[in-house]
Amino acid sequence: MQLEVNITGKSFESAAGKRHDVLDNITFTLNAGEVGVLFGPSGCGKSTLLKILAGLDGNYRGRVTRSPGMRLGMVFQEPRLLPWRTVEENVRLAAPEVDDGTLAALFEVLELSAHRNHFPGELSLGLARRVALARAFAIEPDFLILDEPLASLDNALAGRLRDQVATLVASRKMMTLLVTHDLDDAVRLGDRLFFLSPRPARILHVETIATPRAMRSEPEIDEIKRQLSQLDLANM
Amino acid sequence: MLRLLSFALFIVTWWIASLVIGDAKLPAPPAVLSVLIVEARSGALFVNLGATLARVALAFALAMALGSAIGYLMGRVSLANRLGDPWLILLLNLPALVVIVLAYIWAGLTEVAAIAAIAINKLPTAVVTLREGARALDPALDEMATAFALPRGRAFRHVILPQLAPYIAAAARSGLSLVWKIVLVAEYLGRPNGVGFEIGVAFQLFDIPLLLAYSLSFAGVVLVIETLMVQPFETRLTRWRLRAA
Repeated sequence: MQLEVNITGKSFESAAGKRHDVLDNITFTLNAGEVGVLFGPSGCGKSTLLKILAGLDGNYRGRVTRSPGMRLGMVFQEPRLLPWRTVEENVRLAAPEVDDGTLAALFEVLELSAHRNHFPGELSLGLARRVALARAFAIEPDFLILDEPLASLDNALAGRLRDQVATLVASRKMMTLLVTHDLDDAVRLGDRLFFLSPRPARILHVETIATPRAMRSEPEIDEIKRQLSQLDLANM
Repeated sequence: MLRLLSFALFIVTWWIASLVIGDAKLPAPPAVLSVLIVEARSGALFVNLGATLARVALAFALAMALGSAIGYLMGRVSLANRLGDPWLILLLNLPALVVIVLAYIWAGLTEVAAIAAIAINKLPTAVVTLREGARALDPALDEMATAFALPRGRAFRHVILPQLAPYIAAAARSGLSLVWKIVLVAEYLGRPNGVGFEIGVAFQLFDIPLLLAYSLSFAGVVLVIETLMVQPFETRLTRWRLRAA
């Protein structure tokens, strides 16, 4: 399984008829077992890029080549659960083939076991995010897209959820693409970090972290973060 | 309890009014009740109520099914909306009487003409309501369904239909009251049975107890159907909302 991205541009016309360029040149390849991280300022077009990669938006210049039969799991920025279905129904609807054991294990890891029969309206944002994660993992994806899964959660909760995401990502050999604003999350979860420019987005810098995710020590993570924060991205 | 009290108040008001106005114009409750019993004993009451109910059911089902489908299409496809909109405005504003009379002229004094005329009167309101519902569909959930490759049928049932449910309920509610009103006119003008026909007879003979007996039993049936069928259905549709914190 492989994802080949070769986008040469994406723009849209505003209601006033003005053309806005959202994406510039974006070229990279993602292999199975690899976690790519898209790191960039707010509003730089990351969500637009994700939509193109997910096949939700076909209106762009360039090519995105996905392996045939690739199963996509997606966690949107907002949980996007069906409010009229319970937690379990939401997951099973997206993943009808999931067996009871896998589902139970997934709910266990994400601490959702007690909430199976709750409706999304009864859940906090943190819990709803985890349901969205469970849904994306339940389909056993070949390609996983995570759009800021840890945003607007308090630090302790975000930290716990990050560990859960790390566990789940490690449990399966798939391509993962994570969008985040947080350098710490990026360095802990990612193998290759793509630094994006402000709109129209292009890749400014690619940082490959050689040490496997599970073996990175705290000093090593701090060192990588220190080096990255010294990058002069504004002048690239 | 409160409902019973309100019903008792209605009877008392009616009785006092009949004493003031006089029996000739507004007969007292017992007089109407005795006519009602006579009509019930002969079976005529049930035949007529049944005929009216059957027309309501058929016209309502026809208009809801067709109206929902057209409304959904117009809300989702802008070409359909542009093609259908002038017709919709025309139908919305066409008086019920015109539709009924034309239906009887073109299709004869037949059951088909009556039911079609009632359905055509209700159709545009269902279309308008469902069109609003289709326009209000959440594109974020559509994207979710596409991203997870939900098959069309499943996506419609679990993603689209629940979003349309409140609109369908609203269309059913307003449509049913419209059908209740129009069915009697259609019967009055061109059917040999039904509540509307009997009211027409009572009107011509100036038989006010008969007129009231049919009107009130019809109102009673409407009340029972609304409370026992429509309201529980609405509650069921929105149960996920009620449980939400």
